[in-house]
This record gives sequence, structure tokens and C-alpha cells, in this order.
Amino acid sequence: MELVLNQKHYRIVLDPNRMLLWVLRDEFSLTGAKYGCGEGQCGACTVLIDGAPVRSCITRVSSVAGKQITTIEGLEQNGRLHPVQQAFLDADALQCGYCTPGMILASVGLLQKTSQPGEPEIRRALQGNVCRCGTYPRIIAAVQLAAQQMAAGAPHA
Amino acid sequence: MLDIELERYELFEQPFYQFGTDRRDFLKLLGGGLVLLLAVDGSARAQESGRAPAMRGDARPPELAAWLHIAEDGAVTVYTGKTEVGQNIRTSLAQAVAEELRSPIETVRLVMADTGLTPYDMGTFGSRTTPTMAPQMKKVGAAAREALIDLAAEKWKVDRASVSLSDGRVKNAATGASLGFGDLTRGLELIKTVDAATVTPPKDWTLEGTSAPKVNARSLVTGAHRFTSDLDRPGMLHGRVLRPPAFGAKLVWVDSKVPEPPEIPDTMIIRDGDFVGAVAPDEISLGKAIRSLQARWTAKEQQPSNADLFAVLKRGDAPPSNPEIEQALQSADHKLDAAYTVAYIAHVPLEPRAAVAEWNADKLTVWTGTQRPFGVRSELAEAFNIPEASIRVIVPDTGSAYGGKHTGEAAMEAARLAKAANKPVKLIWSREEEFTWAYFRPAGVIDIRSGITRDGLITAWEFHNYNSGPSAIETPYDVARHSAQFHPSDSPLRQGSYRGLAATANHFARESHMDDLAALAALDPLEFRLKNLKNDRLRAVLQAAAEKFGWGKSKNEPNRGSGLACGVEKGGYVATCAEIAIVPSDFVGPEVAPAPPQVKIERVVTAFECGAVVNPEHLKNQIEGSVMMAIGGALFESVEFANGRILNPRLSKYRVPRFSDLPVIETVLVDRKDLPSAGAGETPIVGLAPAVGNAIFQATGMRLRSLPMAPRGFVKRS
Repeated sequence: MELVLNQKHYRIVLDPNRMLLWVLRDEFSLTGAKYGCGEGQCGACTVLIDGAPVRSCITRVSSVAGKQITTIEGLEQNGRLHPVQQAFLDADALQCGYCTPGMILASVGLLQKTSQPGEPEIRRALQGNVCRCGTYPRIIAAVQLAAQQMAAGAPHA
Repeated sequence: MLDIELERYELFEQPFYQFGTDRRDFLKLLGGGLVLLLAVDGSARAQESGRAPAMRGDARPPELAAWLHIAEDGAVTVYTGKTEVGQNIRTSLAQAVAEELRSPIETVRLVMADTGLTPYDMGTFGSRTTPTMAPQMKKVGAAAREALIDLAAEKWKVDRASVSLSDGRVKNAATGASLGFGDLTRGLELIKTVDAATVTPPKDWTLEGTSAPKVNARSLVTGAHRFTSDLDRPGMLHGRVLRPPAFGAKLVWVDSKVPEPPEIPDTMIIRDGDFVGAVAPDEISLGKAIRSLQARWTAKEQQPSNADLFAVLKRGDAPPSNPEIEQALQSADHKLDAAYTVAYIAHVPLEPRAAVAEWNADKLTVWTGTQRPFGVRSELAEAFNIPEASIRVIVPDTGSAYGGKHTGEAAMEAARLAKAANKPVKLIWSREEEFTWAYFRPAGVIDIRSGITRDGLITAWEFHNYNSGPSAIETPYDVARHSAQFHPSDSPLRQGSYRGLAATANHFARESHMDDLAALAALDPLEFRLKNLKNDRLRAVLQAAAEKFGWGKSKNEPNRGSGLACGVEKGGYVATCAEIAIVPSDFVGPEVAPAPPQVKIERVVTAFECGAVVNPEHLKNQIEGSVMMAIGGALFESVEFANGRILNPRLSKYRVPRFSDLPVIETVLVDRKDLPSAGAGETPIVGLAPAVGNAIFQATGMRLRSLPMAPRGFVKRS
């Protein structure tokens, strides 16, 4: 099976029925994607497939063979954070940080589709991502901040 | 019951033998340089452990509260047994030490919650870190500052009065000379015990009191931080436990269809009494191994369900009445008698329980997300019958806890499997396991009887809490005749600590009741509270919240309402105002009956005072998070159960607050630089439920006395 992970190509023999989450975590040590519920309800396992957020805990690895898979580890470029990562820092949009990679990737997916989302759009896009610490208002602020930064030409836009 | 628990704890607790008896061990452990040791003072120990120091025996070496090491290269590391679970104490404690060292926060690194490296600590709970650990950190930091000044004065041969610290360096004001910490600690092997140290008071803070950014945030936004569930060890296997079908079931027999020899190398079934588990090299073979097991269990006789829960909790004799209160009730102008209930709710930490266990001969190392690393070490010592000195428990910064991770189930299970497999084992609880086999916030029943005078003074107040707990059970209002009693029950479900403990339930009942009394007295709820309240700190937050909210200024509109509530717990004073609307349900399908309308919380204002504010931005973050979490318990969270089974053990069945539930949240911080800092991660949660209930009452005239108040929407009852 061919996997394109954070722009690198891998050929690997895998049980095609394995869920992407556990392949990323246990075969590639990409542990930024987290287990939270195993039924696509919490968003902690979110990764981007061809730029769109998907729940890796319910995605069979065979279904994403050959597609562009982006994990949180693939966002930072040359030691420089993605504007969404930086905005999460600037807005203090995390407490325990367990939901953070999924939140960031879902936000990156949103901003790739809609460069200047309004608050209702942000809420809708992130509705499937749970932050049990309740940092929702800060996450909204972070996405808005990132949208501004990216419009102003921050790298990775 | 309580006494037995404490005694058992005493028996297994052996703090610091390896350190306390020979202090040179510190240099072996930490390397050369300067080490400062701070002994626990008696009052702090008694407070922290909840028992008298006299029980501890005098023969033991002095226990240590904290130690700080300045390495030969000048790196400052401070050690604490506290756990970081998202409450941001890694940042606030670094601020405390850096403040004393007159240094930027980056100067200080914290090693936390590692029984092999850090001082003994009872656990991270009860909002104790800021009021008890931070002062100890500050003392050891201040002592380090003075020790560096001594070393520099000696080196420069000058009066120490001319030496001071700033910007992470030691400076001589007279000559302008300066030295890094490493210039003074290189080649040193010095251990000092701190007796007394003068710490910087809040009015002189320059780093504490500011919004220092979260110190390890970058590793969280990049995914670089390794939570327990992210750890890997050489040769590590994955483990899982076979769960009984219901609480109380006993294993009769079990058979495995895994072929012998196993078709997948390293796959193994392990049985020890009622414990059955499996290990395998990956999650998919592990699932196959567990599914291959056929087991028969004995069922326990009929167990309670939600329907009879409150009757079960209140079983037993009615508490005797208090004659003085009876008399006061008799002579009151208005009387009110009401019962309130709260459901079991789940913590739902987004990182479920997890552990990695590794044996090296008879020594055991376990990484696990727990609020009580030393407690888990005791549990392991007991379970495996080995000395605590042979066990090291390490807690990576953890994916939240909220009081739900005091225990070491996953640690124990991983250790048992690793012992049999003779390889490191990682075990991550599924969400369903976390919802079923962890523990819950206690359910409870609260009865209140009260009386007031015609002009609205409370004259009688009788409060009974069944099972939910005694936290914040006493009324903060001034009442001539009052009593409050907690009555423990046999809980049908395993229950334990939860953010704010029973303060949420007790405030919900009390503050809902207060609103009804205000209505009886025909007084505005704010006016009624102020009339019966002398406590200045509580009055201050109540007035601050009301002012920010614009209390009394909103127009009367149908299906909209405002409510307020206030309270005090763990040294924190909180007042919450909420505005709600009863709105039609989003979803009305053509073929289904219309869903009931929903309670939409539109705006919440929280005023909070916890003494001197250590980090304003992080405090706001905690208050917002408390409000958000409180919404779940107030409106819709409830553990459904019947006959020993949890009926909604998944996130698709157990609703937690999401983005759509987010109101406008505003906070007012009342900063009291003249008062010591109290903890702040819990108390802001207590005001939301009653404020929302009071707002629903104003909007609809309906008084909802059960938490959650609207699990399936707002249902009008007659």
C-alpha cells in the first residue's frame, strides 16, 4: 500500500482494515492524532485528507492510499509554525492540549475552503470537535486571528 | 470507613527514605551545583494530607516539600509532585519561582509528578496547588536567590547588600559586574536546607500577576508533547482487559480460541483470578485476541437504575428535626420546603485513562495520567506486594482529569499484563471503558426547609444533602437558625471526586431556593441576597457581576429570562449572571413529533475573586472553561444506568457541551493584592447551574429542581 504522509511517500504492508489513526500512531509514530472516542464524535483524531478534515479513528487505511494525508506534525515548515498553530498560542486557546491537534487541523481545513469565515461558520465547522476544558471562545478567536494573519500574507496561506 | 482508608494509606506510604536519610544522594541524582531543600512545615502538611502530623511518628527523617537545583551550567530546575492536567500550574509555579529569582520565566524548568524524582505529594486536587504549593516554591526560590547572593558576595569579596539578582543574572550595583548562575555553581557540590525565606508579596510582583504565556504550549500545538497514550518503549506490546458484562459480575470460566502456539507472535492471554487480559503487537491483533475469548459470568441480583436512584439514596430514617429550627420555621411569615436532585455525571477527560508499564527484574516503572502519582504507587505496591521503593510512577502532562483521575486502574492493568508478557505494555482505555469503569460525580438529593420574615429576612434554614457530598454545604448568608447535614448513602455506582465536588449540587439547591424565597418576599433576587448577606468578599463579586451584566435593566420579553447566583468555596468567591432564551428545537422532521424547545444560554457573566491573581489570562481561561463545563451538568449531562450497566457509555449517546452550546462568556476578575492567592480551577463552576435555573424561572415561571434541567429540551410541567 502506498501512503503519502506529510508529503513523503511510503510503501508499507498493512492490514487494509486497520483504522488510519492507529497506523499513524503505531506504525509511523505520528502521535499528534489522538484517540478520544473511536466513533468519530470528538474530533481528537482529525487529520486532513487532500486538504479536508476527516476522522482517522473511523477511516480505513485502505481508503486513503495514495491520497495526501496531513497530520499536525506536517504543519510546521522549516521550524515555522502554521498561522493557525501560532494563533492558538496567541489566543491561549488550549488548556490540557489533548484536543488541540484535531482542533487546529479542522480549522486549517476550514480556512482552506473559506478564507474569512464568520463566527457561525467557525462554530459549524468545529461542531464535531470536543474541547472538554471548554476553551471554545478562545478557539473561535484563534481561527479569526489566523484568518487575518493569512489574509495579511503570513506564510502557509 | 474514612479512618480505615487513612490507616491503610499510612501503612503503604514511605516517602523519601532514599533521599531524606542521605542528602548526598541528591547530588548523585541531580548532578553537581547548588541544591536547596525545603522541609514541609507542620501546618502545610496537616492541611495537605488532611490528618494530624502526630500520626506520622517522629522517627522519620524530615519530609521535604520542594527542592530546587541550580546545575553547574546555571540551569534552574524545581521539583514538585503536582500534576499538570490543563490547569496551567506548570506555568503558574514557574512564575512563582522565577519571580523570586528575579528572572524571566524561561529560566526555570519544572520537573513534576515523578515519584522517582519529585517530593512526595498527596495529589493534585482540592485547588491546593496555588495556596499551598506555590508558597513553598516561592520559599525555595527565595532561598536560592539568597544563596546566589551569598556566593557572589564571597566571590567578589563585597558586602552582600550590594549584590542583587535581575534578568537571570547576579549583579553588583557598585561595580556593574555581573555573573550568570552557572558562574557561581560551577564546581560546587552544595546542599542547603531552607529554614526561612522572605518571599515577594503580591504588591511587589513583576512576573506573577502578569499573563505569562503557557510554558509548554508550543509542544501541544505541534503535537510534539507525548501524553501517556503517545509513549513508546522498545519491544512494547498493546494490552486490553476483558470487562465483565455488568458491575459485580464474577468470572465463572473463560476459554480462548487463540490457537496455540499463537498465530500472531507476541499475542498472549493472561488470566489471574477475575482478571483476564490480552497483549498483542498492534491494536488489530489485540482486538482479535479479546474477541476470541468466550467467558461466562455470574450475574449479580437486580441492581438499581435511574428510575429508583433517588429513593435508594434517601433510604433510611428521616433525620431528626432541630427544635430551634422547628420553632423558627413555625414563627416565619413565609415557609418553603423543596427537594432538589442531581444526576451522576461523567468527567469525560478527552484523554481516557492510559498507562505504560515496564518491569526490570523486580522493579516497575509506570507512566500514567493520574492526579495522585504517589497514591498510584501505593496501589501498585499493594497489588504486586513489592516495596514502594521498587516502583516509579511518572505522570506526563495529562489530557485533563477534572477530579476524575485519582485512581490507578490503567496502571495496575498495564503492570499486570507487562509482568506476564515480560515486555513493556501500553494500555489505553476505550471511551466506553472510561464511561463505565471509571467513577462518577455523585448523584444526590437535597432537601431544604426555610422560613423568612414578611420583609425578606431569612430566619430558618435546614439543609440535608443525601450522598452528593458536604462541600459548600453551609450557607454563606446570615441566618438566625440554620443547620446543614450531609448523609452518605450506598451509591449504586462507583463515585468520586469531580471538579468542585458537591459545591455545584449544594449551590444549585441553595441558590435556586434563594430565588424562590425572593419571589415569596416579592423582592428582586439581587436585593434579597444582599439583604441577607454580610460577607464583604461575596457581596463584592455579586455586585461586580450584576453591574457588568446590567442586572435589572433587561426588558421583559416572552421566553427570555435572566438569573443570578453566588457562592464561596475553597477560598474563591464567585457570582454568575446568565441570560437564557427558550427557543424552538433546530430539528423538526416531517414524520416525527416536534422536539421540545431548547434552553439556549445566550450570555454568562462571571465575577470571581481568589485573592491576588497570579495569571489573569489563565484565570480567565479557567473561568470560561468552568462555565462551559458547567453547562453540560446544568442542562443535559446524565449517566443512564440500569441493573449494573451504563446505558449511554459513548459520546454519541452522552452529550457534552460543544461549540453550539457556547454563550457569550464575560469575566470580571476581582484582584485582591492584599490577600493570599487561592486556587481557581474549580469554584467558578458552581454558579452556572443555579443562575440558569433562575433565568428559566424568570422566563417561564417554572422552577426546575433537578440537574440536568433540560436533558431532552425544555418540557413544560404543570
